[in-house]
Amino acid sequence: MKKFLSGNEAIARGAYEAGIHFATAYPGTPSTEILENISNYKEIKCQWAVNEKTSLEIAGGATFAGARAIVAMKHVGLNVAADPMFSLAYIGAFGALIIVTADDPSMHSSQNEQDNRYYARSARIPMFEPSDSQEAKDMIIEAVRLSEEWNLPVLIRMTTRVCHAKSIVELGERTEVPIKGYTKDISKRIVIPAHAKKIHVELEDKLFELTEVSSKSKFNIIEEGNPHIGVITSGVAYQYAKEVFQEASFMKIGFSYPLPMDMILDFIIGKKFIYIVEELEPIMENEIKALITDLASVSALKSLEASETEDECDENNHEESCECEDCSEGYLDIPMIIGKSQIPRYHELSPDRLAEAVGESVVETREPCAVPNRPPVLCPGCPHRGVFYAIKKQKLIATGDIGCYTLGMMPPLNALDTCVCMGASITAAFGIEKAIPELSKKMVAVIGDSTFFHSGMTGLLDVVYNQGHTTVLILDNRITAMTGHQDNPGSGFSISGQPAPEVDLEMLVKSFGVKFVKTVDPLNFEECNSALKEAVELEEPAVIITKRPCVLLKRYKTRFAPFKIDKEKCVGCQACVQVGCPAISYLPKEKKSEINISLCVGCGFCKQMCKFEAIEQTE
Amino acid sequence: MDKITNVLIVGVGGQGILLASEVLSEVFIKAGLDVKKSEVHGMAQRGGSVSSHVRAGKKVYSSLINEGEADYILSFELMESLRWAHYLSKDGLIIVNKQQIDPLPVTIGKEEYPQDVHEKLKEKGYNTIVVNAFDIAKELGNAKAVNIVLLGTLASKLPFEISIWEEVIRELVPAKILELNLNAFKRGLLSNT
Repeated sequence: MKKFLSGNEAIARGAYEAGIHFATAYPGTPSTEILENISNYKEIKCQWAVNEKTSLEIAGGATFAGARAIVAMKHVGLNVAADPMFSLAYIGAFGALIIVTADDPSMHSSQNEQDNRYYARSARIPMFEPSDSQEAKDMIIEAVRLSEEWNLPVLIRMTTRVCHAKSIVELGERTEVPIKGYTKDISKRIVIPAHAKKIHVELEDKLFELTEVSSKSKFNIIEEGNPHIGVITSGVAYQYAKEVFQEASFMKIGFSYPLPMDMILDFIIGKKFIYIVEELEPIMENEIKALITDLASVSALKSLEASETEDECDENNHEESCECEDCSEGYLDIPMIIGKSQIPRYHELSPDRLAEAVGESVVETREPCAVPNRPPVLCPGCPHRGVFYAIKKQKLIATGDIGCYTLGMMPPLNALDTCVCMGASITAAFGIEKAIPELSKKMVAVIGDSTFFHSGMTGLLDVVYNQGHTTVLILDNRITAMTGHQDNPGSGFSISGQPAPEVDLEMLVKSFGVKFVKTVDPLNFEECNSALKEAVELEEPAVIITKRPCVLLKRYKTRFAPFKIDKEKCVGCQACVQVGCPAISYLPKEKKSEINISLCVGCGFCKQMCKFEAIEQTE
Repeated sequence: MDKITNVLIVGVGGQGILLASEVLSEVFIKAGLDVKKSEVHGMAQRGGSVSSHVRAGKKVYSSLINEGEADYILSFELMESLRWAHYLSKDGLIIVNKQQIDPLPVTIGKEEYPQDVHEKLKEKGYNTIVVNAFDIAKELGNAKAVNIVLLGTLASKLPFEISIWEEVIRELVPAKILELNLNAFKRGLLSNT
């Protein structure tokens, strides 16, 4: 049967067909839908993790007991999970362990565009790179087989345009296998130096052997074309290259670490031009160039040896162009390699961007029209709006974090100063305070509920332990919102929608030793603003929990009768416009504000800003 | 390479663009074609500008449409048609929903919403149809049916049996709003000039 699946849906389907027993993940665009889709297969035990590190450790544990396990995360999530990953490469996978990393070239929803193909190299883990949904499914199945056979974790590197692109996939059946069971093996699972030194040697041996396996892999294929021009490519870049180089010979690499070196050598020798088409970093390019340098060394050595032995070639008088067997032996016909010298190292590729880079013709286009930007904004009724409005009113420095609330930086709120990585709001604020203590009274850290659980808790403990004065706002909107509403330890539900223990945030931070803990409604301006004023003045750590469900969350009643503006009373002061709600527009000609009642959800925040009582509810 | 049909669907997050591209893709599949579609999730959905690329043909490689190569642009919002128009091929057609959604720079009074979008498109030589899909959908009782009205207009330009479209809509639209959407589709079909 065939189905039209996204790459993420195909990964989930692959996990099902490959007989995966256990799956876990922390949500992060563009990987989120992988676990969401796996949760539809009842045969697979499935749960949201608190962060990527815990997810990989739990999955690693599952493989200690002989299960087949999969984790999925966005590229920066793998930084968080890197610690267990490096150890698990040594320890291996007694069952099967698949780590899906979803990279985000062009940073559609990310803070950087790191290329996680490097992780395969540094952690010594085999890697596959699907270029479409069919391959995503097939490679998971192959990765599970490889992981079990070689006792190694396997990385699958997705990118946004594979995760979120749909294509046609042929479905298969699930292969059910029993969980092997737990056996004690300290020489492998306790990575103390004495054990790890031995294991690392074995690991290098495995990778050496895998180079040959890679050369024979069904995912590394040659498509014959023009004998002089070759394209070596992997991942979604293959699809773009196929559109641009329509006549060339192709080497498509799907099993991309270790690279199939023998096969690459056969492919490049005798060609005049080799284009290496890869998104982001010149990883294949560098390894292929190193391979050529190795060959050149061998060739140089041979010629040196030849010159030291007796002169068999026209009494030592041969010229450079001599093609006699002795002289040409060891010399190689090396092609010109074209890679990052022409193809940009940043942002995602596309057929036209690639064509332009390599000097192929592109279709003539008409000039784009200049129109106002349409940036993403906090939704009408978003509880974060109240928090940022109070921060703005008090002119505080606000260190931010990863979530919808990063949008607090947008005008007219302009209420955010920093955004580094998950959890860094609290620690960055503490660092600023360490450098300039007076600033603790002019500064807050802003972090979402899910991000706090993910990696904010440790930072807060650091503040308490080191006697900081940092004020932390935990924006508790009862869900992991930006990635599309995933449950978390504070939401009270599991991935399957079943009731789950709900952490008591107040009790949690009090147990750390925070004495000032207040819970407020962020859209009650007076309440939120005065708690904020009080907290920043304190010479001790303070936590304010701003609790109100995400306005898009259907589990709670978040929508009320819309508000409207009485044009008679409106003086055009724009106080309401300054809250930055998409439902409120300022009409420059009339010099009045207006509320779009089809967008307004009746949160009533703007009403609190109007001194002229011009804003009233419609019912 | 065999001719590929490129359809770019653009608009504002939350307008039902993903369902529209899903229906269109399934119609291509039912017609026996290879199909790819690409869009971006996450941050872009918070009221930002959204696009979905759909490509169909005998064999499709890239899921992304090049600038200047879209055969059709289905724009769910007036101003968005201007933002994406340069993706249109020389002989392509833009179908524009006559609905204005003010972006942030406009709501806070910093910039003006472009006037006379249709005229501007014509001036630049773009082949354009303007559909009052938003009003039609409201008239039918649900403003959210905008996407299916617009698909109806697109369907009148594509070489597939109307019954295939209706079959896909039946498969993908929840039963509760099916009747409304089938009506919306029919109204869109007729709004093709």
